Amino acid sequence: MADQADHTPPAGDNRPALALHVPEPKCRPGDTVDFSDIDVGEAGAQPRPDESAKPEDMKDLAYSLVRVLGEDDRAHGPWDPKLDPETLRTMLGHMALVRAFDERMFRGQRQGKTSFYMKCTGEEATSVAASMALASDDMVFPSYRQQGVLIARGYPLLEMINQIYSNKGDKLKGRQLPIMYSSREHSFFSISGNLATQTPQAVGWAMASAIKGDSRIAATWVGEGSTAEGDFHSACTFATVYNAPVILNVINNQWAISSFSGFAGAERTTFAARALGYGLAGLRVDGNDALACYAAQQWAANRARANQGPTLIEFFTYRAEGHSTSDDPSGYRSAQEREEWPLGDPVMRLKNHLIALGEWDEDRQAAMDKECAERVKATTKEAEKNGILGHGLHHPFHTMFEDVFEELPWHLKEQAEQATAERIAKFGTERPYE
Amino acid sequence: MNADSQTVPTAEAQTERRINMIEAINEALDIMLGRDDDVIVMGEDVGYFGGVFRCTAGLQEKHGKTRVFDTPISECGIIGVAVGMGAYGLRPVPEIQFADYIYPGLDQLISEAARLRYRSATEFIAPMTVRSPFGGGIFGGQTHSQSPESIFTHVSGLKTVIPATPYDAKGLLIAAIEDNDPVIFFEPKRIYNGPFSGFYDKPVEPWKKHPDSVVPEGYYRIPLGEARHVTRGEALTVLTYGTMVHVAQAVCEAKGVDAEILDLRTLVPLDIEAIEASVRKTGRCLIVHEATRTSGFGAELSALVTERCFYHLEAPVERVTGFDTPYPHSLEWAYFPGPVRIGEAIDGILAE
Repeated sequence: MADQADHTPPAGDNRPALALHVPEPKCRPGDTVDFSDIDVGEAGAQPRPDESAKPEDMKDLAYSLVRVLGEDDRAHGPWDPKLDPETLRTMLGHMALVRAFDERMFRGQRQGKTSFYMKCTGEEATSVAASMALASDDMVFPSYRQQGVLIARGYPLLEMINQIYSNKGDKLKGRQLPIMYSSREHSFFSISGNLATQTPQAVGWAMASAIKGDSRIAATWVGEGSTAEGDFHSACTFATVYNAPVILNVINNQWAISSFSGFAGAERTTFAARALGYGLAGLRVDGNDALACYAAQQWAANRARANQGPTLIEFFTYRAEGHSTSDDPSGYRSAQEREEWPLGDPVMRLKNHLIALGEWDEDRQAAMDKECAERVKATTKEAEKNGILGHGLHHPFHTMFEDVFEELPWHLKEQAEQATAERIAKFGTERPYE
Repeated sequence: MNADSQTVPTAEAQTERRINMIEAINEALDIMLGRDDDVIVMGEDVGYFGGVFRCTAGLQEKHGKTRVFDTPISECGIIGVAVGMGAYGLRPVPEIQFADYIYPGLDQLISEAARLRYRSATEFIAPMTVRSPFGGGIFGGQTHSQSPESIFTHVSGLKTVIPATPYDAKGLLIAAIEDNDPVIFFEPKRIYNGPFSGFYDKPVEPWKKHPDSVVPEGYYRIPLGEARHVTRGEALTVLTYGTMVHVAQAVCEAKGVDAEILDLRTLVPLDIEAIEASVRKTGRCLIVHEATRTSGFGAELSALVTERCFYHLEAPVERVTGFDTPYPHSLEWAYFPGPVRIGEAIDGILAE
């Protein structure tokens, strides 16, 4: 093994030399991709325990993969949520819209309309299908790749684009990096950008809901890479200690920028298995199977709502695109991975399922894709009337000083006055406050 | 903007009820738990046991286990869940057992609690009050003695409050809990049970001999951002807070110096009007804090006084602080900015 240290131990020491293991993914750019070691199991083969099951009685579900959609595009087994065709079409529509939105916004960044964007291509089911299994007023604490939750909850695309452009229509006043949305109205917590901080917050919200005898639960999403943060450990501990009505969703998309999941411990065990040490229910789910994503989230939501405890769900998926517009994945992984991914593409699989049911066809799909693209394009044009990043149509500059505190303290008042003086020196007295 | 000691209810105006700072903090929590169902008290050992310093004694029994409860030993988790509770609409009052333990919670405080109002454009806020005993003088060694206030005063969006008397502790804590911004509330543990003159070899004085141990039983609040005149004087201004208020006062009394001592009480937002008015009057300014010197809050005070009162100054602004070392266990009193260090600084300023 390359891990073996090649130096000799100090004289007089007859103990063997230790060796540090530094994980390395199986393939790098140019290598032949081989995913044969990933055991995806059979759709429908996994048992579905009762929502009140004890975590120790469902250990296998933390190591296998809950799957519903089979190679035959049919739903199989006890996890089939048995959704009606209309709901399935709605789900497919949300996922298609997310994909169209991502395409357009990515292009917008490349055209210089904003500074930054993050696609969720290949992971649409983990946010769209999962959030459809929650009540619309259940509180979600997302990470940065859950635009699917907002779209599934009907958040206006215009608001999303205004935020991405940091323009004068941006409800967050241009303060946040693009895609760090917030919508209290849609029970969608402000996205941080500091990783995993949302996980104990979700637990705290759930604790508060339980303290108040409320019926709403909380759900959070975190990447597999950032489960390494202490916050995630704190979240799991508090969740189990207080039996908080919360769902901890781990999106294992294999890559954290350029670091493969091995740097979060994936060489040794699954992320769902983290649950077992805490006494949480753990589910490992095919994240590219929209029906499995829905079913798992529904199971966990039922469990939480019945005071049966929190659930940690690992969605096993693949980040088909770069980490963000600032990333070039060709520098660290093979472009073939996306093609070879053994669990396919979530949009395709759901589409094929609907077609297999006789409830959909390629023409309708093509028409829907076109409609999504046109809708996004038209909304983009609408948003551009409010301005794009760096072209002056932002919120008035003095809003920079607002909302640091509830009331403006003297030192910020003074600094705001200084900023005003700077504006007057730069632009004259005509329009210093813009 | 500042309040005089004289304006607080005096022994004559009140039933003679004298309590220490622990009892004052306990009362403030009790009152707020009673007034507002959204107030939650949590932290390590604060529930059944009532806290290692007894500040939460009896509160769980009175207000119930879902209002006052123990937490895992995880400062990151304590502050993190408090952010989530605030987003729900609660008003959590987490206790961090020692200020020295607060660092695992810093990301949740600095990047989350302090920024939430701003980054969400007021959609979500974090109206929490983080209570934590701080400061040395109790032979606590380097992990039970630190004064990390300047770490927090440097953060946009946090308020930092430090009481120095039972009366202030109660009124400021109530105001902090009612505040809609996150507040760091540092309790100087050396003076929990009695004011401290800095002469560590003298017997400890109980609070009951101090006029500010007279504390009304009910609800009252002291607005954040207002300093308190401990003494009025002409010779020099002393800017200080926490334990050092009492040390500075004892030194000035012992030396017979006609000092104007300002207990800042709130570091952010700071009572700049009271500071300016006093320094312009006396022309001399001494800053005293127990925390380490470099980039300490004294540096900010010194800069503010120099920027705003320069033409009124008769002598350079001086700082008396702890040394830039970890808090040493056996050499605690060599580290502590005690009467000798303060006395020499006063002599120096008055000699100019």
